[in-house]
Amino acid sequence: MTNKTNNDCKSKNLATTKTMDITKYIELVFTDYTLRTITLGTAILGAVTGMLGSFAVLRKQSLLGDAISHAALPGIAIAFLITGAKDSNTLLIGALISGLIGTFWIRGIVTKTHLKSDTALGLILSLFFGFGMLLLTFIQKQPNANQAGLDKYLFGQAATLVESDVWLMAIITGICLIVMLTFWKEFKILLFDADYTKTLGFNTKFIDILITTFIVLAIVLGLQTVGVVLMSAMLLAPAAAARQWTNSLSVMVVLAALFGAFSGVFGTAISASQDNLSTGPVIVLVAGVFVVFSFIFSPNRGLLFKQIRFIKNRRDLELHKTLAFMHHIAETHEDISHPHAVKLLNNFQGYTRSTLQKLVDKNYVQLHGNMWSLTKTGFEVASNLYTKQSTEDE
Amino acid sequence: MSNAQLEIQLIASLVAVACAIPGTFLVLRKMAMISDAISHSILPGIVIGFFITQDLNSPILILLAALTGIITVVLVEYIQKTGLVKEDTAIGLVFPALFSIGVILIAKNANDVHLDVDAVLLGELAFAPFDRLLIGGTDVGPKSLWVIGTILLVTIALLILFFKELKLSTFDKGLAASLGFSPAIIHYGLMSVSSITTVGAFDAVGAILVVALMIAPAAAAYLLTTDLKKMLALAITFGVFSAILGYWVAHWLDASIAGSITTVLGFVFLLVYLFAPSKGIIAVMYREKQQRTEVSLLTFLLHLKNHDEIEERHVNHLNEHINWQKVRSKTVLELALKNNMIHIENNIVSLTKKGNNFTSKAINYIITNEDTQIEDMKDDFFLFRG
Amino acid sequence: MNKIAVKVDDLTVAYNYKPVLWDIDLKIPEGVLMAIVGPNGAGKSTLIKSILGILKPIAGSVSIYGKPYEKQRQLVAYVPQKGSVDWDFPTTALDVVMMGTYGSLGWIKRPGQKEKKAALEALEKVGMLAFKNRQISQLSGGQQQRIFLARALVQNASIYFMDEPFQGVDATTEIAIINILKELRKAGKTVIVVHHDLQTVPEYFDWVTFLNVKKIATGPVRDIFNDDNLTKTYGINYQVSIQE
Repeated sequence: MTNKTNNDCKSKNLATTKTMDITKYIELVFTDYTLRTITLGTAILGAVTGMLGSFAVLRKQSLLGDAISHAALPGIAIAFLITGAKDSNTLLIGALISGLIGTFWIRGIVTKTHLKSDTALGLILSLFFGFGMLLLTFIQKQPNANQAGLDKYLFGQAATLVESDVWLMAIITGICLIVMLTFWKEFKILLFDADYTKTLGFNTKFIDILITTFIVLAIVLGLQTVGVVLMSAMLLAPAAAARQWTNSLSVMVVLAALFGAFSGVFGTAISASQDNLSTGPVIVLVAGVFVVFSFIFSPNRGLLFKQIRFIKNRRDLELHKTLAFMHHIAETHEDISHPHAVKLLNNFQGYTRSTLQKLVDKNYVQLHGNMWSLTKTGFEVASNLYTKQSTEDE
Repeated sequence: MSNAQLEIQLIASLVAVACAIPGTFLVLRKMAMISDAISHSILPGIVIGFFITQDLNSPILILLAALTGIITVVLVEYIQKTGLVKEDTAIGLVFPALFSIGVILIAKNANDVHLDVDAVLLGELAFAPFDRLLIGGTDVGPKSLWVIGTILLVTIALLILFFKELKLSTFDKGLAASLGFSPAIIHYGLMSVSSITTVGAFDAVGAILVVALMIAPAAAAYLLTTDLKKMLALAITFGVFSAILGYWVAHWLDASIAGSITTVLGFVFLLVYLFAPSKGIIAVMYREKQQRTEVSLLTFLLHLKNHDEIEERHVNHLNEHINWQKVRSKTVLELALKNNMIHIENNIVSLTKKGNNFTSKAINYIITNEDTQIEDMKDDFFLFRG
Repeated sequence: MNKIAVKVDDLTVAYNYKPVLWDIDLKIPEGVLMAIVGPNGAGKSTLIKSILGILKPIAGSVSIYGKPYEKQRQLVAYVPQKGSVDWDFPTTALDVVMMGTYGSLGWIKRPGQKEKKAALEALEKVGMLAFKNRQISQLSGGQQQRIFLARALVQNASIYFMDEPFQGVDATTEIAIINILKELRKAGKTVIVVHHDLQTVPEYFDWVTFLNVKKIATGPVRDIFNDDNLTKTYGINYQVSIQE
């Protein structure tokens, strides 16, 4: 087996020093032309894919991105075979066309046959990719020497980004931003409720094609940097992370763009400062860290706070139960603040020393050695609780 | 044909069969994309396994990698359960992350691991015959042949043993559970088989071809039949056919065998997609056109039956009132006349007795919506195709 | 009889060319509160979706106050089935209600203060003003249905189409909704509701259409809501105890 990837990785290290620390990297970003280009490129790419990824995720088309990026491969090979050019813009047009063909074929399969969307996605993904690989290996055997560059579209090579690539990304991102701001209202309502949008008189097909085309465009744009295999993660991860922090579509899109851009920058920085680290996978992993962090720590939806809320609710319940039990005992006596033995509480299941302490802290209960008594507030709270519970029981 | 060529075709065919069996169930269970996820996320398992064993065909490596496959499934299901993201987003998040870890592991240890990401994704079938299995010094054939052969045997044994359970849990989960077959066991069993097959096959044909061999033959077969046994048989046939033809195309083009097999699979699917007798695109479009005419005819007849007023039954009314284009109304009118369903007097259309009977029957069938009766109707409808 | 608000002529609709509605003729007079009833799969939702142009019929035509629907959109509001949208969508109750103004705004133009005011008023009408900034997934089923109703109210239409507005809502919401619908009728609006609870038909509605692939009957509830039509619609010997 060949060791191509190995060599690729080395070239991805920007032919600078073997190991670089982060401060040196930051310094280099401002002085080194190549590194600046790459950092800017991955940042813009992350922003635009994050932005459009939000739409893909909300339309439940998460895996469409994966299928499209794989489907773009034969387009790159065919564009090369026809033009012989290594110029990335020409190849990207090929990628765009074959990506769009893949997308519409998927729709054709889903609407015209009884095959389900997952089958259609998997089919187009693997068949187009396999065909693309056939063409790539075929090209490699050709005497034409300048084919070597096509490999980068498999796993991406940020190091090959040049200024014109970054300009192209910036321009497309700009157009995308203008279109999104112009049709914001239409995008939003279509994403939420397509049928209703139709009854209001909007041409839903037009909006739909607009969104889909931009998603395909963003994917194609990222192929050179991240590669067909990992491109879908660039689309999904920032959006999935952003969704956890907000309940507003506009904030989600902005956050996703930020997460995407940061993944790009951090990913580039880490891979540049380490030996043998290709940029694409590192960017994806950084985006993955954003996702995991958001899943766990987001205040409203996050797993951690959900768990904390769950535990707190259970504690509150225990506390209330204990208080209610005490109230029950205290009621038997005319003087509510008559002290009772702590021992009495041992029979009660919900009772622990810490719950008792908490009740004391809240000034519901007073402790005198081995005896406890309800305070006035404690009795009131408990009797309120009691009536609430008993009405709920009814 | 040389010995090596024969062995390559044999390996490719065995892989095709081993993939088609779990693939059929994945397609039927709407889980095709899981196979794509598994095929990518086994990479870290393979790399770690390779650190340990230094042998891509080692059973330990295969089990370790298959375990990563299962972990993928479990992770995806866990994320889905949290409800933080929509169903398929979970798949799209998990496998690129695991794949990235794999790529980085390889890159970081490039000096120790002679493993290539391209090779994992694409495989190199052409080299498979050169890695021989020696038992006590005797050459018993290529290692991959033994690996995939063993996996295939286990798969077939499991298929035969659990055919009833698989079938039931695929088509009626609720019933299967109520009969005491745990859907979870069948589900994870299928996932395990898919993972092991993917791992066992990637070395020879690459992960992407594994996905293609799982989904494409099963999808093509599903367009031809809905009978599970027939579907399995057809999927296997398509897989083996593409494997062998693909090999020779690659031989002729001097290109990647895996890519070539996938391309042949693509053409097989395309042909079935276009020409399948009842579910192919051409058949569907023809049927839709036919149905459109038939529905138009019935609508027209029903309209005549519902309306006694003269103005509703005037020839011109067809265009104005029912709101059809001229061409279609003319076709419908001619069709109805030809079959003696209507007669026209002074431009006023009326149902004949035959037409009247037919219409009542038709509307009755449609409302009761009993499929067997509708089948009958279809025979009646064929009358009008001339 | 009043003016005809909605007129359906010879409407035939098919899904994948499998017929769902056959030759429907329907005249809905202005100012009625009408239920469309029929068994599952009878084409109730399909009927209103084709009237609203969401589905394309293979034959027939629809007119709203004598003109095709495309020209009369501003007169019509629609409340889709609650289950047809993803309630985990990142947006607030107020935002959803504001969507009701998008139709009159047309392409590109953004909603402003005027639209916001209208949306707030509609929220108040359905008793949801306190929840205006609530994320829609944090609302109960009944509250979600009220939001949908508010969105239609914002459209300030003459004719309201509602698809199963009482499905999966609590009793309070059901009463609140029907009161709003009755108010709309009082104001001279026409309200058409796909409904599945036969028990409440006489109490809630004054007009009814029986539908099962073809139209069985249509007219005032007191005249045609009887066992004969119910049997014709729901099959042989359908028994329903009508509470008066």
